[in-house]
Amino acid sequence: MNVSGSASQRARSAIFARLHEARREPAGVGVPEVDAALAPLVAEPAGESRRQRFIRHARSWQAEVIETTPLDWPVQLLALLRARGVRQLFAGPGSPIAATLQATVPADQLRWFDRELAALKPELFAADAGITTTLSGIAASGSLLLQPGVEEPRTLSLVPPLHIALLHEQALHDSLLAAIRHYGWAQAMPSNLLTITGPSKTADIQRLLVYGAHGPRELVILLVQNGDADAR
Amino acid sequence: MSAAAGTAMHRSAPNVYFFATCVIDMFAPDAGIDAIDVLERSGVTVHVPLRQTCCGQPAYTTGFPEEAAKVAAAQLDLFPEPWPIVVPSGSCCGMLKHHWPKLFANDPLRLAKAEGIAARTIEFTDYLLNVADLNLAHARRSPLRVALHTACSARREMGTLECGRALLQRLPGVELVVQAHEFECCGFGGTFSVKHPEISAAMTSDKLDAIRATGCDAMVSADCGCLLSLNLMLEKRREPQRGRHIASLIRERLDASAGEGAGR
Amino acid sequence: MHAEAPIKLADFHANARAALNDPKLRDSFSGAMDFLIERRARQFPDPAAFEQLRRVGEAVRQHALARLPELLVQLEERLTALGVQVHWAETAADANAIFLDLARRHDAQLMVKGKSMVSEEIELNHAMAAQGIDCVETDMGEYILQLDGDRPSHIIMPAIHKTKRDVAEIFHEHIDGAPLTDDVNELIAIGRRALRDKFASARIGVSGVNFMVAETGSLVLVENEGNGRLCTSVPDVHIAITGIEKVIEKLEHVAPLFALLTRSATGQAITTYLNVLTGPRRPGEKDGPREMHLILLDNGRTQAYREQRFRATLQCIRCGACMNHCPVYTRIGGLSYGTTYPGPIGAIISPHLQSLHETRDLPTASSLCGACGEVCPVGIPIPDLLMRLREAGRHSVAQSATPPQQALRGQGEVRQWAEALAWKAWRLLYSHPVLYRLLVWFAARLNWLTPPWQGGWTLARAPLRPAPQSFRDRLAQRRQQRR
Repeated sequence: MNVSGSASQRARSAIFARLHEARREPAGVGVPEVDAALAPLVAEPAGESRRQRFIRHARSWQAEVIETTPLDWPVQLLALLRARGVRQLFAGPGSPIAATLQATVPADQLRWFDRELAALKPELFAADAGITTTLSGIAASGSLLLQPGVEEPRTLSLVPPLHIALLHEQALHDSLLAAIRHYGWAQAMPSNLLTITGPSKTADIQRLLVYGAHGPRELVILLVQNGDADAR
Repeated sequence: MSAAAGTAMHRSAPNVYFFATCVIDMFAPDAGIDAIDVLERSGVTVHVPLRQTCCGQPAYTTGFPEEAAKVAAAQLDLFPEPWPIVVPSGSCCGMLKHHWPKLFANDPLRLAKAEGIAARTIEFTDYLLNVADLNLAHARRSPLRVALHTACSARREMGTLECGRALLQRLPGVELVVQAHEFECCGFGGTFSVKHPEISAAMTSDKLDAIRATGCDAMVSADCGCLLSLNLMLEKRREPQRGRHIASLIRERLDASAGEGAGR
Repeated sequence: MHAEAPIKLADFHANARAALNDPKLRDSFSGAMDFLIERRARQFPDPAAFEQLRRVGEAVRQHALARLPELLVQLEERLTALGVQVHWAETAADANAIFLDLARRHDAQLMVKGKSMVSEEIELNHAMAAQGIDCVETDMGEYILQLDGDRPSHIIMPAIHKTKRDVAEIFHEHIDGAPLTDDVNELIAIGRRALRDKFASARIGVSGVNFMVAETGSLVLVENEGNGRLCTSVPDVHIAITGIEKVIEKLEHVAPLFALLTRSATGQAITTYLNVLTGPRRPGEKDGPREMHLILLDNGRTQAYREQRFRATLQCIRCGACMNHCPVYTRIGGLSYGTTYPGPIGAIISPHLQSLHETRDLPTASSLCGACGEVCPVGIPIPDLLMRLREAGRHSVAQSATPPQQALRGQGEVRQWAEALAWKAWRLLYSHPVLYRLLVWFAARLNWLTPPWQGGWTLARAPLRPAPQSFRDRLAQRRQQRR
């Protein structure tokens, strides 16, 4: 053990000694029902579908939502790339949509995130756009739920100024809490989990809201409806 | 209204204790006398134990709770009958109601007495509105725009803002005007106003400006600490207006109506 | 880059006076706080629903604090199993030594840092600069302040005291090729460009932590700008630093706290990112830190923990709502406090981080109006804690019957004999009805003797002058008339 390691251990012992001196209830005091308390915040007008709620909230956070279908989304993507003048779209080579992208996007526009970030930094930092799939979406807040990892690295949804995200309607959850429970993360957490709600933003100068702080300036969600067997 | 008046008649002349507070005793006697007058007109017999002094709040909030406890302890036996204890100043009322029991956490005998007092303590406007259900329909009707300032702790601990508003709404001809930042503290805060006078003055000054901006004809409050601070700043600024206790306004409107009635 | 202005704690009164006389500062703070108050209110339209959620938030934090040692052990086990190195630091100096050691091991001259109040608490930038290491703030507000050699004046909106004109001038002076512009979009774009190079080249990324989840070993980060994500996914090494109190038991406890945090802080239902990090990059992943460290800092927190009366201080989730709603903070701004954490939360935590004596003016800088306690999303009884600190400052261990092992740093050192004596005299008069009656009797009759100068009171107010007839005089008269 090195010098700072033993200092850390000394600090640890001292901190725990002080904590253990205190009078307390080691069993904890219990936590009341979380769901009930959160319910009023996710209460929504009746008659609105989960999809409609998601779209309404996502748009309120300045995300662009394109409603599309399992067959049509590549067409929509091409139109979007053309409209935005995207020259370099980054994507994950192991992504479930890799084959479709390969077949759709002109080869000179498509760049694969196929090496370590260290080797890709100059290109990724110069790219116009990144495309990712999503694990789920949160209807109550219009958020995307992403699990970056081997197939789609973290920086794909972060470094390029335009983030395009593919979301399947049937993957939507009502609330963050519902998603946390559905995926059982408490037992097995991935290395990174994210909710993304609109493009990055800041109001640090005179409270004036500006999109595109350090992450994407634009977030476009391709919301795929009626996704059957081929959707995911 | 008539049903409420009916229930009031069923009561056989209720009794209340009156805890005047030291601020009223020394600096704002009108407020105390007017409050008693209004209580009596609501059909209540008012008892003022003469051995009362101060609720102890100044020492308590400054960090000398042991001194506050001694002052409170000397007054624990002043209210032997099971009558309500009416306090015409919001934050002092909160002291009796919410903090006296804390002073005696380690003294079971006194704690029981303090809790007994706390349970019976009620703020003046709360009592007038919700217990006495004072009928003001016959009060003077001339138009008057009134701004109401409510002490922060009383508003937060006892919801007295609603009581004050409701009472003003019962006064014919009175229009309640609401100043900007109504919920913001007026800057008094007991010894805060002496320990941090510049900050306190900035708050009081902003409060006065907000009240003036309403264009009101009168400013009332049911907290004599706040009123003292606001009024003495007005005096320093050489401005003629003064805030008054809400009891004084009610009494004035009732007195004037008696005059009007005689003339008719 | 300028060195940061040194903390000038003892000057609270002077700082506050200067701030009160600065109309530009008064305007920017009152405007910003009104804006934040209004935005928060819109997020909690139903007081009963807020109360219900707050009770859950409070319980989550109290539950975690009750089990703090157990949860810290669980967290450390999980993190270690995930490959995260956990470091413990008792003081700011300990924490800085750990940073320095890691920087040297990785031969890092540059660190990029996401917003972290704990890093402000240990003055990390300063400590690293002294060793030739550049620790660059990447939160836009913090970056602006760092360029200008200034300090944060608000824990959520650090540069709230700067106007866009100020920022334009700061950027123009410190960033190569930055044109002088009033356009906020352009200013943010300038900041973004300047910092992108730093993100791409830094070996070490530093972040704070909003919540640590014991059951999963996860670090949860909440942000809007994306700089926190960049700091924790681009550099090879991620060092997170936070206070030991930030741990919670379960992943699902994040949901209520996150909902309360964003709504209370800026009146947003949600932030752009909720970033949950569980260990360093795993095999096959192409980004994310290869090495991850967590520094757990005490720095006085165990003092607040030891005594049950002060433990609620540690429930704080750093939303800043108490300062947004504080009439004192609104008028003097965050810098006047001279502490890392300003406003009501600063007044209750700083005495533990520093000492009661050093922070003696902070607990009294409150009218106890209760606005802070009313909006606190985790139910910290801030006014009560302020009063307890006032008491602790004025009573030594012996005077207050505190168990000696629970003495606070600086306990009793704020006591002044004149003040203590004045309250004893007050008590003597007010606990003896006869003496009190005499006092009132003389005060009324000798009211012409009222001194025209009464300390701070008469600075902006007329003197307190007893009425010529006291209430009891009037009452006696009234009785006589009625007879």
